[in-house]
Amino acid sequence: MIERTPILNIVTHLILIFGLVVILTPIWLAFVAATHTLQAVNSHPIEMWPGDQLLINLREAWAQSDFGPKFVNTLIVSTGVVLGKITLACITAFSLVFFNYRGRIVIFWMIFITLMLPLEVRIVPTYAVAANALSPFQTIMDAIGLTSLINMISGIEVALEWNLLNSYTGLILPLVATATGTFLYRQFFLTIPDELVEAARMDGAGPLRFLWDVLIPLSKTNIAALATIMFVYAWNQYLWPLLVITDRANYGMVVVQLSDLVPDQLTTGGGTPTWHLAMAATLVVMLPPIAIVIFMQRWFVRGLINTDK
Amino acid sequence: MAEISIRDISKTYGKNTIMQGVNLEIRQKEFVVILGPSGCGKSTLLRMIAGLEDITKGEISIDGTVVNALEPRQRGCAMVFQNYALYPHMTVAENIGYALKVAGVPKAARLERVAGVAKSVGLGEFLDRKPGQLSGGQRQRVAMARAIIREPKVFLFDEPLSNLDAKLRVQMRHEIRRIHNQIGATSVFVTHDQHEGMTLADRLVVMNKGTIEQVGTPEEIYERPASVYVAGFIGSPAMNMLPGRVDASRGAVLLDNGQSVPLPAQQARAANGNLVQVGLRPEQLFLASPASAQLTATYVFQEELGSGRVYHLQIEDIPLCVVSTEKRQMTEGDTVGLSFAADAVHLFDAKSGRRVARGTADRVLEVTA
Amino acid sequence: MRRAYFKTSWIAFALLAPQLLIIFVFFYWPSAQALYWAFTLEQPWGGGNTWVGFENFAKVLSDPYYWSSVRVSVIYALATTVLAMAMALTLAVFVDRQLSGYSAYRVAFIWPYAVAAPAVGLAFQFVFNPGAGIFSYINAVSPGMWNPSQYPSQAILSIVIAGAWKQVAYSFIFFLAALQSIPRSLTEAAAMDGARPLRRVLDLQLPLLTPTFFFLLVINITDSFTDSFGIVDTLTGGGPFRATDLLVYKIYADGFRGFDYSGAAAQSIILMCLVMALTFVQFRYVERRVHYT
Repeated sequence: MIERTPILNIVTHLILIFGLVVILTPIWLAFVAATHTLQAVNSHPIEMWPGDQLLINLREAWAQSDFGPKFVNTLIVSTGVVLGKITLACITAFSLVFFNYRGRIVIFWMIFITLMLPLEVRIVPTYAVAANALSPFQTIMDAIGLTSLINMISGIEVALEWNLLNSYTGLILPLVATATGTFLYRQFFLTIPDELVEAARMDGAGPLRFLWDVLIPLSKTNIAALATIMFVYAWNQYLWPLLVITDRANYGMVVVQLSDLVPDQLTTGGGTPTWHLAMAATLVVMLPPIAIVIFMQRWFVRGLINTDK
Repeated sequence: MAEISIRDISKTYGKNTIMQGVNLEIRQKEFVVILGPSGCGKSTLLRMIAGLEDITKGEISIDGTVVNALEPRQRGCAMVFQNYALYPHMTVAENIGYALKVAGVPKAARLERVAGVAKSVGLGEFLDRKPGQLSGGQRQRVAMARAIIREPKVFLFDEPLSNLDAKLRVQMRHEIRRIHNQIGATSVFVTHDQHEGMTLADRLVVMNKGTIEQVGTPEEIYERPASVYVAGFIGSPAMNMLPGRVDASRGAVLLDNGQSVPLPAQQARAANGNLVQVGLRPEQLFLASPASAQLTATYVFQEELGSGRVYHLQIEDIPLCVVSTEKRQMTEGDTVGLSFAADAVHLFDAKSGRRVARGTADRVLEVTA
Repeated sequence: MRRAYFKTSWIAFALLAPQLLIIFVFFYWPSAQALYWAFTLEQPWGGGNTWVGFENFAKVLSDPYYWSSVRVSVIYALATTVLAMAMALTLAVFVDRQLSGYSAYRVAFIWPYAVAAPAVGLAFQFVFNPGAGIFSYINAVSPGMWNPSQYPSQAILSIVIAGAWKQVAYSFIFFLAALQSIPRSLTEAAAMDGARPLRRVLDLQLPLLTPTFFFLLVINITDSFTDSFGIVDTLTGGGPFRATDLLVYKIYADGFRGFDYSGAAAQSIILMCLVMALTFVQFRYVERRVHYT
């Protein structure tokens, strides 16, 4: 600091501690609830300090929600989204930044617009596409008369179908279909000095060689940032898996399990919620993305700021 | 090893023409320096030779082969960039050897050549370092080594010394010249620094606003600048310019303030009545007593050089300077006399800015353009 | 700006193709389809859709439930945004003073970013539940006074607090980054000019944060439309009496529980336009009006 300001420093700490209390209280209460029996949770005065039931509650919550396979599913989907996004983002941005072809700007904007509308906003039609991912092509073929032409010539009725409901692909692809990472990569690629590209060209390296030998090694921190952001994003998906997966036993994701933990007051009129198990399950579900964000803090913060700006 | 011929090259970006009808022949093993201020098109010209920039009109050939449509790697050129353009994640050895790796040279052979080249530029002990751990001079050497290892027919340098401090710059200049002589490739070197140009070049090319002003040896260009522009660009401090009109009857140029500068009779007759600029180099003017002087001026201030002084003077409101080893104390407003040899006078046409020939002795090197 | 390019070849388009294909199928096609549905009505016995013009929109816009959903969405958007940004800004300004414990504070305010919306909803459902949470104290004093599953205003309050809690981290990250990108020399110049720390916050840091502020304003409002689903679904289920039936939640309920695709599509179109308009405002006007360093 530039000057000594003892009083202001105390005030600063007080404000920050107040902030800590506000931020931590709900999670602390959830954690405390997860460490007690149901009776203790429902008793008065309420518990403010952890009890000794945490492991028991965790075990029971785990079994009740059948978390084992669901963690595997969530991990598969998150990894799929992370890998898919990084690969797509990297090659798309590469094409947009390091080539100069006609229509580049138009394509840039076409991709850019996808940032504006999150999946939640266009959930209804996206769901319809997921029922048959090839329906756009079928419709186009029908419309331009290609279907009937093929039918006339070969007698085959063309019916393209690719149902994505209840599949990993169905979970992953729509989540990859936005431009978040593309822009992070574009920002990064724009900082690569022209001379580096030229030096590579003088050295005889073609575009793919340059991408592989120079850009990918240089974009390690980018990859780390994007991987963190996309992992959290994919792990925390709720609405989409809720719709696409009806076969929860085989394809369910952990976050969606949360919807079943507390009896729905609207439909069942309540019932006694098993708070201790619900909170234990909540903690389990929350933990992996939190751990990753804290562990990857440095890269993730930088990445987030570059993605959205 | 290679001769480069540049024929009627033009370059436009959209509607902007940044280069117009440039012609240049570069001979085998020659060291050519292209000199000019930033934005004059010198780097663009270099990059067109390298194949990094499209050629809008005209033709470039290397060793008789037109290279317009060839990729950079097919042209046999190597380039040293201004900011070195080293791959930051590769070691020195990997940087130097990358072109060989791309070309598919087996690892053992590659390492051997890398070691050899690195040693020749004094990088032997730094092979495992990353560029970030090197000093500016060392990075410069890596950039050179990277170019050398390809055994190019043509060496291209794009202001490679401008990021170095003054002392290192001189050292690297010698190094570059030594390597050029040793390898015997044709070198094209772009810079805005006239000292670099003068000291390095076999031949200098002075560019201005997308055209070539003059081509010649450093000596020719210093002694017989083809235009006001070249005269002002080469030499430090810049050549003094005094406007006036040629008067054949007096055998002199009458300056606007009434003083006069004598001319050879033949030259004065040829240019009689023309508006001109008289050019006098500061180092070819001598301080003299006002009584016996050819010109008189008013003293303004002086700068110490150690070996001598730069005296800043004025004739009316036209600034003028004199470099002299003589050290004299003066106060502002003093009248100073100036003398000069007859052949120190350069004459330029005021309208076109071109040099006015000083009779038959002075073969003006016309621009090839 | 000049850039060094590679020679355009099939590679450029091959690299572009996957992304274009995927956004075509999962973004442009669905969006176009939503548009188509919004202007058509599905025949009860099959036979395709018939064109009905703006009828679906008229129906949606004359539905009192839709308007109450709009109302509560606006309340939710504004309240969460104001709360979250005020909190985030305050914390960021003080964390930026970099006193001891700086990195601990920083982590503490960043990690909530990683918490899934339904998990936030669930945790807050516990905190707010009338029987066992800290709010049960209110009921101990005056039985029946606190019950978000009965009282609409309390339900709205619950989702607002949960929503704001979730948004703080994101805004905090951006505010802090913006503060730290203010050149140190500027702060030092202000100190030399005699400005004390709080004065510098008002005269230097806050004005320089304006672009970030507007950026976050738009992002927070947009997020409040989309991210709210998980919170509402776990915390209130849209109730009581549809009091917390936010726009996205209503689209989901109408489309997937009521199977009214046309109505849901019309609502989606309206929401899409709204979100696009907000983003547009951000790019066109806000960025231009704000002074950058």
